[in-house]
Amino acid sequence: MIAHKKRVGMEVSIAVSHAVQLARAEAIAAYPITPQTHIVEHLSSLVANGDLEAEFIPVESEHSALSACIGCSAAGARTYTATSSQGLALMNEILFITSAMRLPIVMTVANRALSGPLSIWNDHSDIMAARDIGWIQIFTENGQEAFDHSVMAFKIAEDHRVVMPTIVNLDGFILTHVVEAHELMDQETVDRFLPELKPYHKLDIHQPVTMGAFAMPELFTECKMAHQEALTNSYGPILEIWQEWGELTGRHYKPVETYRTEGAKIIIMMMGSLAEVAEAAVDAMRDQGIPVGLVKIRLWRPFPFADLRAALAGAELVVVCDRALSLGGAAGPVLAEVRSAMYPLAVKPQILGYTVGLGGRDVQPEAFEELVRHAQAEVKQGPSQEFYIYGVRG
Amino acid sequence: MEKFGYAESSKFDTYASRMMPRDEFFTSGHRSCQGCGEALAVRWACKAIGKDAIIAHATGCMEIVSSGMPQTAWMHPWIHVAFENTSAVASGIEAALKVLKRKGKLKGPLPKVVAMGGDGGTSDIGLQSLSGALERGHNFTYICWDNEAYMNTGIQRSSATPFGAMTTTTPPGKRSFGQRTWKKDMVAIAVAHGIPYVATASPGYLFDLYFKVKKAVETPGPAYINILSVCPTGWRSATDLSVRLARLATETAVFPLFEVVDGKYRLTVEPPKIRPIRDYLKPQGRFRHLRDPEVEFIQKTVRAKYELLLEKCQAPFPEFSPVHVPEGI
Amino acid sequence: MSKAWDQVTWQEIEIGGVLTEPGSARAYNTGDWRSSRPVWDKTRCIKCGVCWTVCPEAGISEDADGYFDINTYCKGCGICVKECVTGCIKMVVEES
Ligand SMILES: Cc1ncc(C[n+]2csc(CCOP(=O)(O)OP(=O)(O)O)c2C)c(N)n1
Ligand code: SF4
Ligand code: SF4
Ligand code: SF4
Ligand SMILES: [Mg+2]
Repeated sequence: MIAHKKRVGMEVSIAVSHAVQLARAEAIAAYPITPQTHIVEHLSSLVANGDLEAEFIPVESEHSALSACIGCSAAGARTYTATSSQGLALMNEILFITSAMRLPIVMTVANRALSGPLSIWNDHSDIMAARDIGWIQIFTENGQEAFDHSVMAFKIAEDHRVVMPTIVNLDGFILTHVVEAHELMDQETVDRFLPELKPYHKLDIHQPVTMGAFAMPELFTECKMAHQEALTNSYGPILEIWQEWGELTGRHYKPVETYRTEGAKIIIMMMGSLAEVAEAAVDAMRDQGIPVGLVKIRLWRPFPFADLRAALAGAELVVVCDRALSLGGAAGPVLAEVRSAMYPLAVKPQILGYTVGLGGRDVQPEAFEELVRHAQAEVKQGPSQEFYIYGVRG
Repeated sequence: MEKFGYAESSKFDTYASRMMPRDEFFTSGHRSCQGCGEALAVRWACKAIGKDAIIAHATGCMEIVSSGMPQTAWMHPWIHVAFENTSAVASGIEAALKVLKRKGKLKGPLPKVVAMGGDGGTSDIGLQSLSGALERGHNFTYICWDNEAYMNTGIQRSSATPFGAMTTTTPPGKRSFGQRTWKKDMVAIAVAHGIPYVATASPGYLFDLYFKVKKAVETPGPAYINILSVCPTGWRSATDLSVRLARLATETAVFPLFEVVDGKYRLTVEPPKIRPIRDYLKPQGRFRHLRDPEVEFIQKTVRAKYELLLEKCQAPFPEFSPVHVPEGI
Repeated sequence: MSKAWDQVTWQEIEIGGVLTEPGSARAYNTGDWRSSRPVWDKTRCIKCGVCWTVCPEAGISEDADGYFDINTYCKGCGICVKECVTGCIKMVVEES
């Protein structure tokens, strides 16, 4: 049964904090950084007004924000934080420890370029620098998705088959600071969907445990393997929870999503809000008779290899758009992932990579037509570069 | 017969050992070096904390000796996350307990929250996170195991390393006499946060330590205790001297024992006579290279700082008299 | 974990590497480190318990008669010898 729907216009940041409120987060520790600020400001006012029964810890850094979150989560509270860019980078050390300790913290990352030079604008270099942190990582495309996934993330993270911290990415400014229409949920429905947190382990004086013990070489690999398996196997429960949400709301989500890929020989790929721009480009190219489609990765970790291969079956040319650089390397991170996913296949498409929209650089629909033409020419003559940076002057 | 000083409780003299709690919360089987004064301090601090507490611990010697998978020496619910963030972790635990209590998910009185770390994890890399947690007023106790260097990584200097001490990053040489700076005054830094309880303690006066830790965990709001933790490995001292050296640190006024309750200073151990600094320096290999001018500078500075402290405590000035130390004490 | 710890498989690692048995370090006998041990002259012992207090290992236990002696965890540091109020403990070299 589809639950009762209200469409409400609000800033996406407010919608995300409302989702956290509906999820009844109990502990929030955060440090302000543009463009995440509206989320935590709104949450602090919800706590201050008694509209959310939670502790808000206004810590003195992001390093402490995530560390405090670890304390909250380990003590058994449903825990949330949000950050961006430099803040995520400052958390880096603790990101890995959070997932190794298997604490089901939910974090919003309002994606923003990493310094330097300093830029407050959107790209994915912050989260890509944290690619291997061992968290579940989800990308969203618009405010509705950001809202939906912010609720679902708690259920995924806390599921006893999963027990894994989870990041929901949304593009800074492009999403965080725009007003969109959202279908919100009522508290009762969310409560039914998301039961109270049952911590797998917690710091409890009645049943003391030691958390964060160190491992000698004889056990370290086994610990890592357990983490790797748990993250990979979270795939099933994630899909189940998305399915349940779909039945509840009519909004269905998949690890890899496609747009007009029927009969497409050319596929454009990306993650995040740029997909909405690309859809317009695909429509325009289809009108011109170019057999092009769009593939979007929603679930970045665990990486959905099988879904990706299925989505790209039949494609001859794949144009991967990255929002980050792997400086001095062969490709942007999404390109590298897609290439290695496709490499074992006997029949595989040409895969070319373009880094676009760095540090808030605007990307118009025409850009994608240009990329497709450029990629076709490159394939014909043999690629002249490992990857390309789109729109750079000089 | 020397007394374990706890000025307020004259009944706790040496014979009172038997009256102290027998339960061990930092258990045997931990892998500290022989004669580790830090482990002794942990043992007694944990007794004082009592069983209804959650401990967050920083990376460092005491974490490493106690928590190698699959064994733990801790009886408390205990968590280690990283080196510099223990106060933040404790903040989170404390905040979570409060909200869980409000929501009725936690029965009984709130467990105490205690954060622990070495001098490096406290006065250097962890200072920001400690300052944040003290300033925010979380109800927790922070205990610094001050062995005056980064022992776990091989005796490198910290800001708590005393003037003149040899460490592996302040080696004496043609152009060096060891550590060039005076020990950072963590107690003053803690006091400056306006928190209700700050104290120094050492394993040389275990009852004094015990009652201070007890007082700290029972004080609502943040509390800070700096415990001088003799480290035979890093100090290059005999393993059997760990308690004796801690006592000498107080008897020579290098490490006075006092507490600051709501900003009010009070000396808890008042040596009637202050022994010369050489008595403390001599048994420690880390000071062996020091020459007379440095020793005299240390003596003068220690005395000046002690006099300032006595003024704050409004305590009478003791006699500063040289006491002969028999060879090898 | 009853298994030898270097035989533990990844499937047997507790979620998050959490250790669920408090004080399990007691299974590790630090007494093996000792090269000399404290020996008590009980005729001079006043049963004050100071030796028990100052041991970093909790390596001293009290017997039924109220006397103290080392348990299996004594690492042989000698602190108890130095701190004994009557001087009735001596270090002797451990025979192997
Ligand atoms: C971010 C970070 N930097 C450095 C280290 C390496 N490290 C581990 S323990 C330690 C020194 C600990 O010194 P202290 O806090 O004084 O504790 P002690 O071992 O002396 O008891 C260092 C430098 C680390 N673990 N993490
Ligand atoms: S190095 Fe020092 S503090 Fe560390 S365990 Fe050894 S004696 Fe104790
Ligand atoms: S020698 Fe050291 S370890 Fe052994 S009982 Fe005495 S104090 Fe404890
Ligand atoms: S300290 Fe000495 S006198 Fe006191 S109980 Fe121990 S052995 Fe006996
Ligand atoms: Mg140290």
